[in-house]
Amino acid sequence: MTTRRAFMKSSGLALVSFGFAPGFVQRAAAAAPGKGKRVLVVVFQRGGADGLSMVPPYGDPDYAPQRPSLALPAPGSQDGVLKLDDTFGLHPALAPLEPLYAAGTLAVLHAVGSPKPTRSHFDAQDFMEAGTPGLRGNEGWLNRVLASEPKAQASTFRAVALEPTLPRSLLGNAPAVAMNSLGDFRLQAGARVNLAMKGFEDMYASAVDEAMRSTGAETFEALRAATDGQLASRPPENGAEYPKSPLGKRMQDIARLIHADVGLEIATTDCGGWDTHIGQGAAQGQLAQRLKDFADSLAAFAKDLGPKLADVCVVTMTEFGRTVHENGNRGTDHGTASVMLAFGGGIRGKRVKAQWKGLSKAALFEERDLAVGTDYREVLAELVEHHLGVRDPIFPDFKPTPMKLLFASSG
Amino acid sequence: MTRLVLSSLLLCACASAPKPAPTPVEPAPAPVVRAPPGPPPLPRAPAVAPLALPPSQWPVEKQALHALNRLAYGPSPSDMDDVRELGVATWMALQLHPELVRDDALTPKLERFQTLRMSTPELEAAFPPLQQVAKREGLDMKDPDARRELQERLGKQEMPREVVVELIQQKLIRAVDGKRQLEEVLSDFWFNHFNVSADKGACKWMLTSFERDALRPHLFGTFRELLGAVAHHPAMLFYLDNWASTREDLDLTRVMRPGRLPKQFAKNGKLGLNENYARELLELHTLGVNGGYTQQDVREVARAFTGWSIDRPQLNGLFIYRDLAHDKGEKRVLGQVFPPGGDERDGEAVLDMLSAHPATARFIASKLCKKFVSDDPPGALVAHVAEVFQQTGGDLRAVYTALFTAPEFWADAAYEAKVKTPLELAMSAVRAVGGTTDGDIRLAQRIGAMGQPLYRAQPPTGFPEVAEPWVNAGALVARINFGLAVAAGRMPGVTIDHRRVGGRPIRDVDAAIDLAAHELLHEPVAPVTRETIRATLGGRAEDALPDGERRPVELPVVAGLLLGSPQFQKQ
Repeated sequence: MTTRRAFMKSSGLALVSFGFAPGFVQRAAAAAPGKGKRVLVVVFQRGGADGLSMVPPYGDPDYAPQRPSLALPAPGSQDGVLKLDDTFGLHPALAPLEPLYAAGTLAVLHAVGSPKPTRSHFDAQDFMEAGTPGLRGNEGWLNRVLASEPKAQASTFRAVALEPTLPRSLLGNAPAVAMNSLGDFRLQAGARVNLAMKGFEDMYASAVDEAMRSTGAETFEALRAATDGQLASRPPENGAEYPKSPLGKRMQDIARLIHADVGLEIATTDCGGWDTHIGQGAAQGQLAQRLKDFADSLAAFAKDLGPKLADVCVVTMTEFGRTVHENGNRGTDHGTASVMLAFGGGIRGKRVKAQWKGLSKAALFEERDLAVGTDYREVLAELVEHHLGVRDPIFPDFKPTPMKLLFASSG
Repeated sequence: MTRLVLSSLLLCACASAPKPAPTPVEPAPAPVVRAPPGPPPLPRAPAVAPLALPPSQWPVEKQALHALNRLAYGPSPSDMDDVRELGVATWMALQLHPELVRDDALTPKLERFQTLRMSTPELEAAFPPLQQVAKREGLDMKDPDARRELQERLGKQEMPREVVVELIQQKLIRAVDGKRQLEEVLSDFWFNHFNVSADKGACKWMLTSFERDALRPHLFGTFRELLGAVAHHPAMLFYLDNWASTREDLDLTRVMRPGRLPKQFAKNGKLGLNENYARELLELHTLGVNGGYTQQDVREVARAFTGWSIDRPQLNGLFIYRDLAHDKGEKRVLGQVFPPGGDERDGEAVLDMLSAHPATARFIASKLCKKFVSDDPPGALVAHVAEVFQQTGGDLRAVYTALFTAPEFWADAAYEAKVKTPLELAMSAVRAVGGTTDGDIRLAQRIGAMGQPLYRAQPPTGFPEVAEPWVNAGALVARINFGLAVAAGRMPGVTIDHRRVGGRPIRDVDAAIDLAAHELLHEPVAPVTRETIRATLGGRAEDALPDGERRPVELPVVAGLLLGSPQFQKQ
């Protein structure tokens, strides 16, 4: 078995010896001494989300002419964008996020992307989640965050992916748990569930295979905690209402883990449907529906956390943006720069940060795409350093410039 | 142990009161063996020589189990019988010649899937994209009411996704019930090697033909034939975008008459090179990432394949070579010069070169050894298999034979050394309890929940061949739950043969555990597993009923624990 398990062994995470781990909650509390319980949540929009529709540059004179059927009207008109500043507005379907922006909690980062862009979904996601533009890395940037501070008694729920398998960003040496949902994360053994759980736990604790043994230990500890804490059935707080979509359910599960105080530090999830080559739509339509679900899910999450949002940062990202010109099918093709959103504790929001080169033909990348003004790693590096307090460099061969994109005092 | 079939006992034990049943030594009057009546599925005097296996210290039962874990989706009662009857070496030799293996029971089960026999153009005509139907009928797809009406009128059976659903169903049925097990294992292996995804646009109409026409006929042929069939196939050309790749300076508005020019190119007819296929051809299909090629080689290979395209992906979906799009300039690939003025044969020459390259032999050998031996196979074995690949000009049957007859294949280090993929876990669990499947899509959904959505691996790397990504907390819970569902008879689409009902209730816990271990694992259980099962049964099994008789052991619980055990996750 590879290094992931070797790490667990060497970090002294001898979960097996804890048996049924009655002290789970205490250990989780001890896992992050002194630093507050900072949580970073990363939401990946897979498929290449159109930043020019999420946050339309309505004030740019070259925006509307290039998108005859897709451009959104200026603020104040019917179906108009929600004004952020004199250049940028929010897509009307993102209205649920407007209060977060107005309250100064949400920052918008425009024209963000990779310095070595590719229009392949696969490569772009791989490179982005490894944090190594143009290079196929084996480990993810979030795993490097975990590994930079190995914890002997880290919580089983230190890093959780609400996805069926670990995303590239969490692959690597440090342990991380992936699950479809907290609701599915239970043994379906009917009335015998407690006996079955103990039975399986004993069998995995004595498995010959190292990976089976250590994953088994992770799994049963997490299962027990999830069951004991009745995590999956915990209702949202502050009257938050999540959409019934996959993203809504996953964001709700992440909030449950935060409320239950189980030692969560990093959570990831993703959502698809952004690859809008055909019939993208404007204020209504395919993309607007995706955006509404996206915004409803994130806004419900913020409401559910309430004051706890002070310890949590949420960042959204996508592998690339889309062409400035709409194509022959009233859609857009794979482009380059797009939008990232960040909200939560300590973020100085209510601003759109962008190195905006404009949408004139001369300013476009390869005469078709929004050019990258800001390296996405600048955003992530600032979050890692300022929010999580990790000083080690997370992105190989990359030196972040202190740009204060998100936090007033960073850099 | 008597040939007593556990599945029968599972059903029997599920009933509230044990039914009187014939004793295991006297089989039930109904035919106990596999359907349908007719000639035995395997010829009694096989037309092949047994494989020359190295001498082994392993008991025959262990050899049979290992062979079935590697060349098949685990042991089923009927395949275990075949291996016992024919001998391990002959059964393996037959698996290498699937044309000699009769698979009569499969034909009727696959009959109902019409799409399996249709060409890509036929599939595109029969299951047209909704957009196209709407256009034909003058409906506006942006109108939600019109859209809904159209969907309802078409019904589930006529939606394009049905093509992929039937493809998934045939895969599950063949994997569980087929007798040509190695062909299924290899079909899955090579599909994954040359991965294409149903989730990429027009690919959903092309995968049926991809697997049937490009992969299956060449699984036991030469690597060059396989590579060539894949390179020409529209599924690959579409998935990795080569169909749209053209010479750099091509401007359609200059070379096509306005009337013939596709609408989307009316204003801007500029096309150009797309490196996507070229890169993956080198990195994933042949040389491997450390195979010694440069970025310049990627570009030159892409130039060589310009013009390899598809004739209207969503209408026809057949291969076409467009000379107009081909780069006629001189190319230099891995140091070899391709003179100017070339055509479709530039691509063929690249494929010739790559399939004969020593790095390809090493890369393919290494991947096969990882698949069939262990995640970290011995270097000497990889070298040996690579050498056979080189010497035989990539004769895949010779390559598999070299692998299966190598001492390393039969070494203790290889025994149960692989973590099963979700597909392998699911198929082996169903086969272990003597189940069959109708390919119910919910079975595939459970496999997807374990992390392997069939035919939907998005990246060109396909699903992982090694354990690490498969072993995580959520997936492990899904695996354990799958085992519990199969053992309890709760898995939709999985049927346990009712003619097998006839087992006698077992009242002794150890006897029940021994029987279940023999039937499901084909080897004794570890002492800790026995203790665990005893504890989990919680003493209830030995509770006395009012009349003093002991309560029968709940075999589904025993089987569920075994199918969810760490031992059963490995093969």
